[in-house]
Amino acid sequence: MSKTYFTEDHEWIRVEGETATVGITDYAQDQLGDLVFVELPEVGKSLSKGDTAVVVESVKAASDVYAPVDGEVTEVNEALVSDPSLVNSAPMGDGWLWKMKLSDESQLGNLMDEDAYKASIA
Amino acid sequence: MSDLRNLPLAAMHEEAGARFGAFAGWRMPLSYRAGVMKEHLHTREKAGLFDISHMRLFEVRGPDAAAFLSCACPLDAAALGEGRSKYTMLLNDEAGIIDDLIVTRAGAERFIVVANAGNAEKDRNHLNELARDFNVDLEVLDRVLLALQGPEAESVLLGAGLDLSGLTFMTAAEPREKWFTTRSGYTGEDGFEIALPLTEAEGLVRAILTDERAMWIGLAARDSLRLEAGLCLHGQDIDEATNPAGAGLLWAIPKKRREDGGFVGAEALKRIMQDGIKEVRVGLKPDGRQPVRAGALLMNDAGEAVGRVTSGGFGPSVGYPVAMGYVATNASETGTRLVAEVRGSHVPISVHPLPFTPHRYRKG
Repeated sequence: MSKTYFTEDHEWIRVEGETATVGITDYAQDQLGDLVFVELPEVGKSLSKGDTAVVVESVKAASDVYAPVDGEVTEVNEALVSDPSLVNSAPMGDGWLWKMKLSDESQLGNLMDEDAYKASIA
Repeated sequence: MSDLRNLPLAAMHEEAGARFGAFAGWRMPLSYRAGVMKEHLHTREKAGLFDISHMRLFEVRGPDAAAFLSCACPLDAAALGEGRSKYTMLLNDEAGIIDDLIVTRAGAERFIVVANAGNAEKDRNHLNELARDFNVDLEVLDRVLLALQGPEAESVLLGAGLDLSGLTFMTAAEPREKWFTTRSGYTGEDGFEIALPLTEAEGLVRAILTDERAMWIGLAARDSLRLEAGLCLHGQDIDEATNPAGAGLLWAIPKKRREDGGFVGAEALKRIMQDGIKEVRVGLKPDGRQPVRAGALLMNDAGEAVGRVTSGGFGPSVGYPVAMGYVATNASETGTRLVAEVRGSHVPISVHPLPFTPHRYRKG
């Protein structure tokens, strides 16, 4: 059973037990435009909430993607190396960015659920 | 964005789903529904319509018009035939580049100058100052300025009732009252720039857009197109701290003018060329897929700083990241291996010939 949370910075985090998958929302990819490069973190890197975890680059500009919670990177989406446009075409599916092991699940309580996020961008 | 100026055709851009951003004090369409990648490729394949009404048109009139422009710019205005356009610059006393311009001779004593949006006021003050010694009038023309760029541009315009097939690259015509058209642009493609009164602009735009080969293209793709074409953006690749020699723009200055002087900045330019230029503008190609952007420092294999990137991004037509910048003359040879500093890491990058995509102008 998984649950997906959202941040004010337009990231999503889907939690299954102690691990979570992180990406950017459809709204975020639409704002960024066509992505041409994704700079992924090293597996094993420990992240604190608010750290820059990933840099996504569009034709025009580079933008930071922040860690929504504390944790350690356990996997990155290698498919984005050859096809960054997956983030545009499937931001919440094949365009995921990294997986992480959570170190403090209580931080999830400060994030939005889908309804609250949708209301925030409406 | 309330302090920004709206384009006269802003409502049409909104209707077309434009995403807006600030540029040179204007609220500009950055991209439309298709997105920057498709817009860029569409321009090279068919015809892209740009609203560049933020750029400023000046008309220079009077018995001294040619003499005045030959003083203000390193240009041989007297030798410019009617209906011919030239790329030139406004230089300061140190040969720094105040702006780059297209000057067209529209008549015996009449020239049209197209200037960059961000420099328009500065240019006007500078020109007015110089004009005191000449019998000329300088008037800002209130026009909508459109560009239609790409291999289908001529045919699309014909369908829209505007036959510009008689023009070749860098020639101009005034097909209707208060209209001014040139076969030029800033994408590396064949195409046209069309200045016309606001009352007639919406009609022409609608006529162009009924042709499915044409679509609106935003400022983001305009930037990637000009960068692939190796063309300078004033304020990034050239500015008052750079000069025509280092910027690789001496081709725009007739040799005789360089020797004989008589234009603002001539003495300084001569001195710069005698002393030898320290750094030159080059194309740069990063190794992988990671774009290297404006502001990145460039180092040689000894770790010494040898230059900087002034424009960088991704080139949709070439399919790899493209950039340009300035490097020390001893590091400027094509193929020179350098590294660019990007967020603390080093990206290998090579000096690459410009343009990245060949120009496809319709020369006469």
